[in-house]
Amino acid sequence: MNPYELTVGQAADLLAAKKLSSRELVQSCLDRIEQVEPQVKAFLNIQPDQALVQADAADVRLAEGGAGSLCGVPVSIKDLICTQGTATTCGSRMLENFVPPYDATVISSLKAEGAVLIGKVAMDEFAMGSTTENCAFQTPDNPWKSGYVCGGSSGGSAASVAALECPASLGSDTGGSIRQPASLCGVVGLKPTYGRVSRYGLVAFASSLDQIGPLTRDVHDCALMMNVISGYDRLDSTSVQRDVPDYTAALREGLAGMTIGLPREYFGSGLDPEVEQATMRGVDVLKAAGAKVVDVSLPHTDYCLAVYYLIAPAEASSNLARYDGVSYGLRDLEADSLLDMYKKTRSKGFADEVKRRILIGTYALSSGYYDAYYKKASQVRTLILEDFKQVFTQCDLLISPVVPTPAWKIGEKTDDPLALYLSDVLTTPANLAGIPGISVPGGLTASGLPVGIQLQGPHFAEDRLLYAAYNLEKGLALNTVWPKL
Amino acid sequence: MKITREELEHVAHLARLNLNEEELTRMTGQLDNILAYVAKLDELDTTGIAPTTHAFSLVNAFREDQVSPSLSQTEALVNGPKQNGEYFVVPRII
Amino acid sequence: MEFETVIGLEIHAQLKTKTKIFCGCATTFGEAPNTQTCPVCLGMPGVLPVLNSQVVEFSIKMGLATDSRINRVNQFARKNYFYPDLPKGYQTSQFDLPIVEQGQIEIEVDGKTKTIGITRMHMEEDAGKLIHDEREPLSYVDLNRTGTPLLEIVSEPDLRSPEEAYAYLRKIHAILRYLDICDGNMQEGSFRCDANISLRPMGQEELGTRTELKNMNSFRNVQNALEYEVRRQRDILLDGGTITQATLLWDPDRNRTESMRSKEEAHDYRYFPCPDLVPIEIDDEWIERVRTTLPELPDQRKARFTSDYELPEYDAGLLTASRELADYFETTVQAGAQAKKTSNWIMSELLRELKGEEISSCPVKPEQLGALLIMVDQGTINGKIAKTVFQEMMQSGKDPEVVVKEKNLVQVSDEGEILVMVREIIADNPGQVEEFKGGKTKLMGFFVGQLMQKSKGKANPKMANDLFSKELEA
Repeated sequence: MNPYELTVGQAADLLAAKKLSSRELVQSCLDRIEQVEPQVKAFLNIQPDQALVQADAADVRLAEGGAGSLCGVPVSIKDLICTQGTATTCGSRMLENFVPPYDATVISSLKAEGAVLIGKVAMDEFAMGSTTENCAFQTPDNPWKSGYVCGGSSGGSAASVAALECPASLGSDTGGSIRQPASLCGVVGLKPTYGRVSRYGLVAFASSLDQIGPLTRDVHDCALMMNVISGYDRLDSTSVQRDVPDYTAALREGLAGMTIGLPREYFGSGLDPEVEQATMRGVDVLKAAGAKVVDVSLPHTDYCLAVYYLIAPAEASSNLARYDGVSYGLRDLEADSLLDMYKKTRSKGFADEVKRRILIGTYALSSGYYDAYYKKASQVRTLILEDFKQVFTQCDLLISPVVPTPAWKIGEKTDDPLALYLSDVLTTPANLAGIPGISVPGGLTASGLPVGIQLQGPHFAEDRLLYAAYNLEKGLALNTVWPKL
Repeated sequence: MKITREELEHVAHLARLNLNEEELTRMTGQLDNILAYVAKLDELDTTGIAPTTHAFSLVNAFREDQVSPSLSQTEALVNGPKQNGEYFVVPRII
Repeated sequence: MEFETVIGLEIHAQLKTKTKIFCGCATTFGEAPNTQTCPVCLGMPGVLPVLNSQVVEFSIKMGLATDSRINRVNQFARKNYFYPDLPKGYQTSQFDLPIVEQGQIEIEVDGKTKTIGITRMHMEEDAGKLIHDEREPLSYVDLNRTGTPLLEIVSEPDLRSPEEAYAYLRKIHAILRYLDICDGNMQEGSFRCDANISLRPMGQEELGTRTELKNMNSFRNVQNALEYEVRRQRDILLDGGTITQATLLWDPDRNRTESMRSKEEAHDYRYFPCPDLVPIEIDDEWIERVRTTLPELPDQRKARFTSDYELPEYDAGLLTASRELADYFETTVQAGAQAKKTSNWIMSELLRELKGEEISSCPVKPEQLGALLIMVDQGTINGKIAKTVFQEMMQSGKDPEVVVKEKNLVQVSDEGEILVMVREIIADNPGQVEEFKGGKTKLMGFFVGQLMQKSKGKANPKMANDLFSKELEA
């Protein structure tokens, strides 16, 4: 087995046993990246020399013994997360040359563990999109089927893991941006509870919805990553002071006593039959593991997308006002007045989707429309939260599809923004309610495209989520054969 | 018609964005579609429902009034597209 | 037609915390440009604000000191607009849930007390500074000041004259200084004032069209600007014209208001609750804890000065208008000087010699003034000499005993010595003596004056007076 094929858990064991060095592991991944990147196009920025320096430092720590599971393991980072001294572009021309003078808290945590930051990966511009086609620089190609989208906005994260370029990645999820690409690329992707993982250093899209989370090849790796990135951060006022359990301790077999809900509203007419079948196979697996499955209802599910596409753009319109060309980022130097500078800079720096969302958001907050749009959406959000509160008195977790369809062709849905928005219908509820959700690989369609299965749980029930996901993974026994490339 | 061209022009100005003819036409249509879609929220009676800003209830996140190091002048200015070693330089307001 | 003036004041007080409202940068004034910033106050991508609890404490204090209601739940909101001194493209402020509402203070104008309502107070962050180039069409941005905490204090439109506005401004200033939560320096910008002013026919309930006045950089300028604007608006209205709603800048050099040159664009701030900051919940316990830390406030101190020191209202009012001055007075009295004499001395000699400078810059320490006044009481020097000594103390900062010794100014109270001079003067001025004996008793002043001259001011004037009386009787 090539080192690049190892999961985080497998690599950690070998590294601890000194049967493998970090340098060997990282070099193997770098070679793999060089080999497949022309096709996959996941990475915006790789610095091999720096990666090997980190690997060597990790090897020193590993030699001393007592290092954590992530020590010496390469991780790719969505380019929305600030890395000190390294360009952080957010997939946008606006920040093409922006070099943050500080690390995001999650980056500090990874570094403290001795993880190797192997590169920054592609994403939809400012996290706005569902295919990474909105990346200003390149669109990653689905490793399972060339010419197909990887999903978004963490498309590069999902692709880099599925293409075996690195065993793990950090992405972000505002309306499904971890879970959806995980589903389309056949990897595990978890969006934590809002406030579980620090947002400090995550370039803001929609502040009340954003969360950083891991993408990995299996559930155990996901738990390892969650152990490292979770926890209270005093630099983030929305960070929750709550103990971080050992998420790997949750991974035991057998689900006796667990009740899983099947929310009927998630099985609407637009669902691809193969997607539905995958979820139902998942239901069978969980039953076989001893769980009880019940029908439940989340009555306001159909309104989630509308709420999301008002609140997210509204917050984004405010969060992106800082890109004005004054103290960092792009500036149109030809402009002759301040107003001209603002307009030219922002029009040049942002592409269409970002502009569209800024416009909707500005409109929804504007005088005369605030009550009808933003306030209304915030009120319906309360109803959505109530739905979940109610449903979790009837069951411990929910099972459902992640995306209504498997991956589609690049360019197929770029003409109609609204049509693309509809692919977020099953993932936006978790962001609005702040609850955690995970996408677990559920197998391939007849045409060889991955389909994910979603589990959602109450606030701070990541351990429960991973526990059920672990059983789902075991029960499905996919024995994944990763794309050859 | 949820949004007119003129309204979009006004909103674009508020957001400091230039939209050319083609963009104005196209985006008015696209935004109109989106706004028509989100109007489904009107089906719900939300009288008396408190809006949610934070999905998880937290209060009183404070820090102590203690000085921590600032960036140096160079570090603060280095990402500036136009700066003179002391200030960020911008075109005059009027 | 009689018009009634209606004024409302908006005060921005920079709170005297060590660090900014949402980050740990220092708030020191006058540092080199862009040396007091960090990714948070620069509004860099990915940063988040964390609230300085001291800002909340200070705000609660000010709320309690003005008899206001402290809102048990308050929340920050974003005020969205574009300007180069606003790095995030929004100002974090408070909108529909401010920390303080419905307070009041008392002001005194022409001996009459009036209650002025305070609509609200809220916390917000300050913006940076812009400097405009004289020749090139460029502006320079210094972001040191971004993120400095401000408390915005909005009065009800209860003020009915520029004098009342001035008194209100002074009172708010005094309270802030008494609480020591703000430096109150208008020149440095730690205390700023904007005004809204309109006129309406006497008896009319509906408010007239108002103008907003900005750029009033001193207490005097506030009053001057308001007086000018009242006259300007009245002239227009008497002519049958109407007032255009506008934002006007006060020009202190030309003593008039001017419309802001840029096109007056009604801002749509698109306020919404800031998702990065969680609500602030203030319970009774917190409020009571802050209440115990409140110092004596101006009104209370004034009352104490009139009762304990038996000072007239006027004196007490003047001395307590500033905390520093009141402290100075009390320290002087505690050093042993008489209260009324100290008050008189401060109100006349001291304030005159200070020439408008702050009392904190006074070279004479209150203990030294106390010693000086004790010397007068004990007869070591007379009042006139004391003034000379005081002037020297203002120059050199030396103790009064030292000055008196150096300049040999000890009062002469030796009867024998004075008698010698009395007789000399009587001998030298026969004409005046005749007139005095003839009934022109006013000439006593002349004789004593001569003696003061002869003794280089050192003679005890009362003794001189008595001795002259005795000698001239004979």
